[in-house]
Amino acid sequence: MKIDSTQHLEYSTEQNRINILGFWIFLGAEIMLFATLFTSYFVYEDRIGNGPSGAEIFEITPVLIETILLLTSSFTIGLAIHAMRIQRTKAMLGFFAITLVLGAAFLGVEIYEFIHYYHVGATLQTSAFTGILLTTLGTHGAHVMFGLFWGIFIFIQIKKQGLTPQTANKSFIFSLYWHFLDVMWIFIFSFIYLKGMM
Amino acid sequence: MKLKWTFLTIIITIATVLTGCEPLLVLDPKGPQAATTANVIWISIITMAIVVVVVLVMLTNMLFKYRASKQPDDYEPPHIEGNKYVEGIIVGIPILIVAFLSVVSIISTYQVEATPEGYEDQEPLVIYASSSNWKWHFSYPEQDIETVNYLFIPTNQAVEFRLYSHGTITSFWIPQLAGQKYAMADMVNTLHLAAEVPGDYMGRNANFNGEGFAENTFNVTAMPQTEFDQWVDDIHATADPLTEETFNELLEPGHLGQMTFTGTHLEFAPAPEGENGGHHHGSPDDSEEETHDHDDEHDSDSEETEHENH
Amino acid sequence: MEFFERFAVPHPSPMIYASMVAIGLVIIAIIAGLSYFKKWGYLWNEWLTTTDHKRIGIMYIISALLMLFRGGADAVMMRLQTAVPENTFLDAQHYNEVFTTHGVVMIIFMAMAFIIGLMNFVVPLQIGARDVAFPRLNALSFWLYFAGAMLFNISFVIGGSPDAGWTNYYPLASTDFSTSVGVNYYNWALQISGIGTLISGINFIATIMKMRAPGMTLMKMPMFVWSALITNAIIVFAFPVLTIALLMGTFDRQLGTFFFATDNGGMDMMWANLFWIWGHPEVYILILPAFGVYSQIIATFSERNLYGYTSMVASMVVISLLSFLVWVHHFFTMGQDAMTNSIFSITTMAIAVPTGIKIFNWLLTMWKGKIRFTTPMLYSVAFIPLFTIGGVTGVMLAIASADYQYHNTMFLVAHFHNVIIPGVVFAMIAGLIYWWPKMFGFMLNERIGKWAFWFIVVGFCLAFFPMYITGLDGQARRMYTYSEATGFAPLSMLSFIGAALLAVGFAIIVYNIYYSFRNSPRNIGSDPWNARSLEWATHNPVPEYNFAVTPEVVSSEALWDAKKRGHKLFKNKIEKIHMPNNTGWPIIMAGLFFVFGFSFVFFIWSGVIISGLAILGCMAYRSFKQDDGRYIPVEEIKETEDKFGGANE
Repeated sequence: MKIDSTQHLEYSTEQNRINILGFWIFLGAEIMLFATLFTSYFVYEDRIGNGPSGAEIFEITPVLIETILLLTSSFTIGLAIHAMRIQRTKAMLGFFAITLVLGAAFLGVEIYEFIHYYHVGATLQTSAFTGILLTTLGTHGAHVMFGLFWGIFIFIQIKKQGLTPQTANKSFIFSLYWHFLDVMWIFIFSFIYLKGMM
Repeated sequence: MKLKWTFLTIIITIATVLTGCEPLLVLDPKGPQAATTANVIWISIITMAIVVVVVLVMLTNMLFKYRASKQPDDYEPPHIEGNKYVEGIIVGIPILIVAFLSVVSIISTYQVEATPEGYEDQEPLVIYASSSNWKWHFSYPEQDIETVNYLFIPTNQAVEFRLYSHGTITSFWIPQLAGQKYAMADMVNTLHLAAEVPGDYMGRNANFNGEGFAENTFNVTAMPQTEFDQWVDDIHATADPLTEETFNELLEPGHLGQMTFTGTHLEFAPAPEGENGGHHHGSPDDSEEETHDHDDEHDSDSEETEHENH
Repeated sequence: MEFFERFAVPHPSPMIYASMVAIGLVIIAIIAGLSYFKKWGYLWNEWLTTTDHKRIGIMYIISALLMLFRGGADAVMMRLQTAVPENTFLDAQHYNEVFTTHGVVMIIFMAMAFIIGLMNFVVPLQIGARDVAFPRLNALSFWLYFAGAMLFNISFVIGGSPDAGWTNYYPLASTDFSTSVGVNYYNWALQISGIGTLISGINFIATIMKMRAPGMTLMKMPMFVWSALITNAIIVFAFPVLTIALLMGTFDRQLGTFFFATDNGGMDMMWANLFWIWGHPEVYILILPAFGVYSQIIATFSERNLYGYTSMVASMVVISLLSFLVWVHHFFTMGQDAMTNSIFSITTMAIAVPTGIKIFNWLLTMWKGKIRFTTPMLYSVAFIPLFTIGGVTGVMLAIASADYQYHNTMFLVAHFHNVIIPGVVFAMIAGLIYWWPKMFGFMLNERIGKWAFWFIVVGFCLAFFPMYITGLDGQARRMYTYSEATGFAPLSMLSFIGAALLAVGFAIIVYNIYYSFRNSPRNIGSDPWNARSLEWATHNPVPEYNFAVTPEVVSSEALWDAKKRGHKLFKNKIEKIHMPNNTGWPIIMAGLFFVFGFSFVFFIWSGVIISGLAILGCMAYRSFKQDDGRYIPVEEIKETEDKFGGANE
């Protein structure tokens, strides 16, 4: 394995560069996935059948908390990557851990939110609108959940092996994924919650 | 290569012989809408035949002229990059053809979507055609009658079908009178046609809808206005009224023969248009909203003019 | 007992029982054969766990051929049923299941697998790479596809086949109207193989972007590589749409949501839209690699460079963009206004322009050439007029008003078979014969191959041209029977004869494989066709490391440069080569996906949870597992090269 030391660690081998390109392409596919969900959401937004509308069930407080948590976590993963680039393994692990904790907190609030929807009678089986709402939020939530476990695995690997081209590459790709989820959340926040509550 | 041409000739001959006895339904129109589509089909067949012939001539030419057996053994084909002019031609001419057909397509599409040409001043006869597995229900609100699996229409009279379904998506199609249109459960589609020749025509559901699909047909009879009025009067004199109970039995999956009732099911089971439509919650699609407004206008118009007609 | 009742086939027939017995016997025979010849270890080590792109490609192609025969049997049954009016060979329900599985199997499990198989085998060789960017994911792609294909294929013996058409329109596909588990199978089989396809798409884009030989700029890639690149870009953008559509369908059928329902806010038209937003690009996913194959073959056997390289690339790019803007033409009759239909009518017809460019470029490639009528070339030559006919009927269908008459008729069936068979199927057969020596080190017999060709071409014409006529005569598609009075009988009989000839043609191809395996000479050198592109610069069959030395190229016809212009392809010395290790992880994970899909189809939630967790466990295992591959030492490479005659040094 040829290591190119003029590059950042995560870009330092050919396979690393290929991995990062591959992940960008994967994110392209993810954008299409969420775009399809958003399009479907806009179609079903007003088709509430016998169920409640968005304005009736959305609650601003948990949504704001979720937004702050996820935005902050996106910032901290950025800091973690910065720390990684200046070879500060400890600081990196710290920020990485904070990111994961914030992610877990986000999920916690989202679970609370889902329980709230259940209590006000907005389930998958209520109407096409509630169905697409929960599917879209659920897909995002499942991504965060998946990212959480993935992040923990990477965290353990850095802890064990230190910063190698491989772990750096994984961390960087993880950060791309995490930023992507944050961007998707901004769309959800603007076009689902804000638009729905207006 | 020769073999192939022989086969092609055989196929074409067989096809002509087999179908020679009777013209193909779609190309044998009996009303203005189907005439439009038939003309468009002929225009496109001729245009496209030119393209096919050009390609065939070029291909045969290349194959005969440049086959290896005709070239000297030491012949080395030249290296030829693309040429701006040649590529200009092979882009330009197709663009012209496509532009021509696009114009044909737009004009004819607007035509078949509107009241048939020559009937614009006439108040159309409105018939609700709704499908259930595997039947067609035809409701004549103005005449206050309903038929199952057969359709009587007056000739030289614009007919406006309002199509919807009691279940699966079906497609209402009378090839000799007009092209098809979907009938769906959550909205009403409109299909305009007029018959100019009295006669019996094949009508069917063209969109696959399960086990009974193949037999999901209906018979269309076009007749002069007087005979049509006579037929309506006869029904009022002889047929039973359609009750909600009977209608719900009719909706059960299965095949029924032809049936006739007075009254329509629209009174107790209205079509999904206007207030009953799936779209009234505010569909994001503006065009559909417009169609509905249009429908509503028609409704009020027909109510006003009903008395004048009688 | 109650647990097992759900697996019973709802509409059994002697044919289905016969198939069950046949499948059982074949499985027993395979297991017995493998055990008797002690080939289990060979199978596992050399094939099932391989990460070699060539072997994965070959496995794709074998699966595709199997699926071709499954789908082909469906096709012959359909033609047989409709050969005479009022036939009772199949009843309506069986006919519906047969045409549904025919469509899905042929598109998703035959054509897709065939093109991905060819891409797998050819693309790395044509760009001078050692493997794809992510060899393990590549194996996972294949096994996910295979799991999906198997899941779909067991449906007709366990629980019942899907019966709502390959387009699977709701509400017909909802539990109200399609009561068996068939559509659940449809959802999960497509979902699982779709994930595999998506991974392939990512993998190939990364491979082509990052792993080309030195000197091979984008505009110096062989045309097949270009077609693969564009195809995979379409895959990456189109398949997520299908993922969501299938997920919503699954939720509707299995979790009681209302997405495609007709009440409670649901909208049946949404499925049609989502399906075709994926479905139309899917058509181009199939045809573009075929265009790539034809470009290679026509150039090779005209002994000329491909005419208009730049416009060939540009036209594919334009097609790929337009492919996302035409989906409404699949349902002009759904009641949109004339304006919407006109717009989509124009975008659809616009595709004819770039496609026309390609046709004329192929013709001009033959111009001043030296045309050799080998079997692959025969398919390519037949493709040009036949595909032109398919293409122009496509333009006819694109005229919205006329489509009101063609829609849902046999005319449409004739059209899309007219583009898919000469377009895709001919290309796949031609490509297979063309690259066969690269795969196996011997050539397929030309004389037998030409017999098969004539059967297939004549069979195709007889089977499908009559449908244009019956379509215009008012024959709707998907009708299991018709009455004598309709007058469809003579032409339908002709169609059946054509289908039978096609079947004979494919049988001859299989015989040819057997015959050539026994009789063809093995000393064919590395370039038996006098070809032009890079893949022919290495040995037949290709050694596992592809090229002993990474080649350096200066044009899209690297080998031709080397043969005619004294270009030196291999400048460096042999060095040790890094190769990926074999791994059992992909096949195990795909097996778990199969269990997951099967359990979900039958609502066996315990199976869903256990296999779901196991899949996540596999991913965790992969995350922690370190596998840096292995090196092939220089001595071993030299030994292999000497065995081939050391042509590369």
